[in-house]
Amino acid sequence: MTVDADGAVTAPGTPAGLDRPPGPRTETIQLLTPEGERVEHPDYPLELTDDEIKDLYRDLVLVRRIDTEAIALQRQGELGIWASLLGQEAAQVGSGRALGPRDMAFPTYREHGVAWCRGLDPTRLLELFRGVSHGGWDPAAHKFHLYTIVIGSQTLHATGYAMGIQRDGAVGEDGEAAIVYFGDGATSQGDVNEAFIWASVFNAPIVFFCQNNQWAISEPLERQSRIPLYKRASGFGFPGLRVDGNDVLACLAVTRKAMQAAREGQGPTLIEAFTYRMGAHTTTDDPTRYRLASELQAWKLKDPIERVKAYLVRTGAADAAFLEGVDAEADDLGGRVRQACLEMPDPQPLAIFENVYAGPNALLDAEREQYAAYLDSFTGEEAR
Amino acid sequence: MAELTYRQAVAAALAQEMARDDRVVLLGEDVASGGVFKTTGGLRERFGADRVWDTPISEQAIAGAAMGAAMAGLRPVAEIMFADFYATCWDQVANEIAKVRYMTGGQVSLPLVLRGANGSGGLGFGSQHGQSVENWAMTVPGLKIASPAGPAEAFGLLAAAIRDDDPVVVFEHKALYGRKEAMPDTGPDGEHVLPLGQARTVRAGRDVTLVGLSITVGTCLAAADELAAEGIEAEVIDLRTLVPLDAAAVLSSVARTGRLVVAEENPGQLGWGASIAAIAAQEAFGDLAAPVTRVSGGNVPLPVAASLEAEVDVSVSRIAGAVRGVLGASRPLSSTG
Ligand SMILES: Cc1ncc(C[n+]2csc(CCOP(=O)(O)OP(=O)(O)O)c2C)c(N)n1
Ligand SMILES: [Mg+2]
Repeated sequence: MTVDADGAVTAPGTPAGLDRPPGPRTETIQLLTPEGERVEHPDYPLELTDDEIKDLYRDLVLVRRIDTEAIALQRQGELGIWASLLGQEAAQVGSGRALGPRDMAFPTYREHGVAWCRGLDPTRLLELFRGVSHGGWDPAAHKFHLYTIVIGSQTLHATGYAMGIQRDGAVGEDGEAAIVYFGDGATSQGDVNEAFIWASVFNAPIVFFCQNNQWAISEPLERQSRIPLYKRASGFGFPGLRVDGNDVLACLAVTRKAMQAAREGQGPTLIEAFTYRMGAHTTTDDPTRYRLASELQAWKLKDPIERVKAYLVRTGAADAAFLEGVDAEADDLGGRVRQACLEMPDPQPLAIFENVYAGPNALLDAEREQYAAYLDSFTGEEAR
Repeated sequence: MAELTYRQAVAAALAQEMARDDRVVLLGEDVASGGVFKTTGGLRERFGADRVWDTPISEQAIAGAAMGAAMAGLRPVAEIMFADFYATCWDQVANEIAKVRYMTGGQVSLPLVLRGANGSGGLGFGSQHGQSVENWAMTVPGLKIASPAGPAEAFGLLAAAIRDDDPVVVFEHKALYGRKEAMPDTGPDGEHVLPLGQARTVRAGRDVTLVGLSITVGTCLAAADELAAEGIEAEVIDLRTLVPLDAAAVLSSVARTGRLVVAEENPGQLGWGASIAAIAAQEAFGDLAAPVTRVSGGNVPLPVAASLEAEVDVSVSRIAGAVRGVLGASRPLSSTG
């Protein structure tokens, strides 16, 4: 049995072995090597000034600092749970910085780096993980939907949104597009496959950005696919590509190009950002139960931040003062996030009845009234 | 048998049934490494990859493949990680699995179990991971529904569900997984199986009947303790299964107490408690000294904030308050004198 020239499947029952390094015909687009060496790619020329690369470095460091602080807050009982983005900073910052102000992003629960790029204050993310709100930001204001935890659902929301853009005539030279984030595990959901089909046949202005971090909780990639994920796109009728997800420059370049194609009416692209979840699935998970430490060690050598730092230092674009400045800024941010988390108020009791429906509802109104009267029956102020 | 936690009881029941019948297979997300709620620990090691299948993240496929595997002669136990996610495979559950026996004129049986973590219980899982959804399944004839209130129930009802020749949806309560209790003495074969459709009287009392399911059984018991201090003796019934429903157990208790309070965790609108209340109104009208009262979750999406969740969930004080109300509203009954 052969499936394709990549030899992903050689014989019945042979595991796909997707943890092998990609074969010669599985091309991974890279513009910055793990050693910090700048390399060119004919299809993805990228002209960035030193300052622009330094800005990306700053984003990466700050986003990791938010993550580190949130994990600490969870460990100290201040957050109920946290889904770490450790290792995925470049995929998120690179793609997030490729978006225009009118583009719409649909995240999973792990897209803290994209949220940062969309201008969302990180403390808003913590509200969800502290359990004081389901995520109260205005998606339209930030062009960033609420976090979606039901795996894969958001791919259909994004597809429908992209079709809306199309119907509004906002496709063309100066068009808009949608981008949807999802994981390797999500590619097994019916929703995701249906989104691929719809986006394809309607030629919707959408980019499917899959962060293949190799794991879906405890399940390795080979439980989801026997071929490289980006290759699935061709079966649905649109281009797919694999990018080094730990290379912020390459992620920026491929996402820019795919978004522009979508905005101009050329339809969807699947981007598989090949990366690694360096932490636990969430703070409730213990990855040592199901994966080897050596795997993590290998990926640490491909750290998304270290390679940018190496590049900046070697080319002389950044000096020690710059690097220290970013670190100091990160510490300030960590402190601010912590403070805001500790000060978050619990919602008011009567908030239970808010926003169930747009207008009044007789049953709920009666229940609210009863409950308000009950709260009033306490003499002290503390009940309200 | 030893003391087991609720989650250990689930794993032990699975092990008991897998050892007894090699057609029993387990499938779901992350089940091989023990499950995200640690309810399948050790099973992959003991029974092998042929019988414990880690699946792709596709609930519709998990449910659909469980049906196909059952048609092929296996007795699949499929895990849907959070019961909320039945919404992502509802076609398979409601339109396919529930209807196979009926539509094939009884020629095809589906001896399968769907099981998953249900309910709120103050864990802050929010609107899409904390719902209590037994009543979703209860709208679909063809499915049986078990919802265990403690470790012994979790063990015995799951074992029975696996042996049953109809599809059974087992709702495990995620807030009870850590609860520990001694398993009851088992028969000479050393197996623990409880019949489906037999309620249990957890506490006897003469003044009022409290009916609970899953987590609300414990809440009813705590309310009964509080009321006992006031001289009110509440009888507490654990329904254990909604389909089949042991209405006779409820009615015979109400015939003695004359009062009924039903406590359900899901929103009140079309909750299962409405069915119990309707049956009591129709069958026990003459026995009732007071209106049947329901205590339920709020008619709102489940909030995520702990302070709000606590208000929406059924509480001891709300049940006790309902009982006091029922006693206050009671009319004298000729029969109970
Ligand atoms: C419909 C649905 N099924 C199962 C889950 C439980 N779950 C949460 S995260 C996850 C793994 C997702 O893996 P992947 O798509 O690779 O994303 P990653 O967590 O690696 O970012 C699972 C199975 C869920 N949230 N929603
Ligand atoms: Mg993943």
